[in-house]
Amino acid sequence: MRPFLIASSALALAAALCLAPAAFADPSPDHPGEQAVDPYTQSNANAGAAPTRDAGLFNAFHGKDGIARIVDSFVDRNVADPRISEIFKNQDLVRLRRTLREQFCYLLGGGCDYTGRDMKSSHKDMGIQDADFNALVENLQWSMAKEGVSDRAQNKLLAILAPMHRDMAVK
Amino acid sequence: MSKILKTALCALTAIAGLSLAHAAGAEEMREGGKLLLTDGVSTVEGSAGGGLATWAVIAADETQDGVGGKANASEVHLPAYDLRVYGAAVGFFNRVEISYAREEFDTGSTGAKLGIGDGFTFDQDVVGAKVRLLGDAVYDQDSLLPQISAGLQYKHNDRAWLVKALGAKSADGVDYYVAATKVFLDQSLVVDATVRMTRANQIGILGFGGDKDANYTPQFEGSVGYLITRHFVVGAEYRTKPNNLGVAKEDNWSDLFAAYAVNSHLSVTAAYVDTGSIVTFANQRGLYLSLQAGF
Repeated sequence: MRPFLIASSALALAAALCLAPAAFADPSPDHPGEQAVDPYTQSNANAGAAPTRDAGLFNAFHGKDGIARIVDSFVDRNVADPRISEIFKNQDLVRLRRTLREQFCYLLGGGCDYTGRDMKSSHKDMGIQDADFNALVENLQWSMAKEGVSDRAQNKLLAILAPMHRDMAVK
Repeated sequence: MSKILKTALCALTAIAGLSLAHAAGAEEMREGGKLLLTDGVSTVEGSAGGGLATWAVIAADETQDGVGGKANASEVHLPAYDLRVYGAAVGFFNRVEISYAREEFDTGSTGAKLGIGDGFTFDQDVVGAKVRLLGDAVYDQDSLLPQISAGLQYKHNDRAWLVKALGAKSADGVDYYVAATKVFLDQSLVVDATVRMTRANQIGILGFGGDKDANYTPQFEGSVGYLITRHFVVGAEYRTKPNNLGVAKEDNWSDLFAAYAVNSHLSVTAAYVDTGSIVTFANQRGLYLSLQAGF
């Protein structure tokens, strides 16, 4: 279905089999429970957009606690979503939850720093199609609604995230 | 106009062919996947848009990786007339839209008053083609550039003798349009502006060209909608029209609409439409109802 994804999964499996001791012996030093990633330059520019200029938006998401709940429900829903669950296999979900919390907090004007990779390299070779991207949007809308974020505030975050389609999805 | 028509058709076909060939060479097809309401609803002319205004969006629930279809049934109930529309549209790879609509303009008891017979009905077939040229109405939120599409609608009216008796030059016509549509997510707004080159009288129901003006004129149609939720949008539309017939003054059209997407397969549109004067009967305002089923 997604040859590139299957190929990269196979490669990842091969790498895991051959390099397992090394991979697990070298966890991320700063973040317990996360797997190590190749070195990259940390910068808020990696978040893929500038923070909102809407001063009330962070509160509309119920601050850091609200964002944490939205991210948890969002990741859980994606992993369980048959349309896109395949994309999340073999992904470091501990790291994903942390970097998503940072990214949303940063973009919503919560004053956090984003320490993850940029959108292009973090979604490289995932084979994300438009339908996958839109499924992500729907799941995020569901999670924001569950948190009680108004539709208008939801759309303000989506407006910031939407252009990331360019770097995340396959052409 | 036939040369322009040929050139436009040729260009549209070439673009359609290129984009289809491009998509066919890609990976396997994929059904569905568009965000709710981002393909608009069905217009009275069959293409995707607001209801009166054709938009730049491509019909049906498909992305650049698939093909989708949509069928609609609509009715505009006016004091002196009823307009029923049955249509279907197919979207190819969120790039090309082919549409068809059958418009039945029923004069009801007004037909007798006009001397053409009780229940006299004008039927018009509309075949449309639309190509998305550039931009994405939804994703490109960091740019003011809208999604821009160009298209044409070939219309055939089955009452040639009567529309010609009213002063129309022809019972067939082609409209050409360029549409620009943008979702301003930051403001929860969707905005469309479309320019249509046309000589249709009452969108073609009274034929094309007339004793007052036989030529093409640029006309404007546009919509503004507010996204209350991802399922529900309310808004207003305006559409200017030519006024070619001496015996049947024609007014601009407007509406206030609400569209609700139950899910990606079913949506409903309701509107209050003001069509002004139609064949001497003024103040034709009424309810527009439309059901759309996607597959």
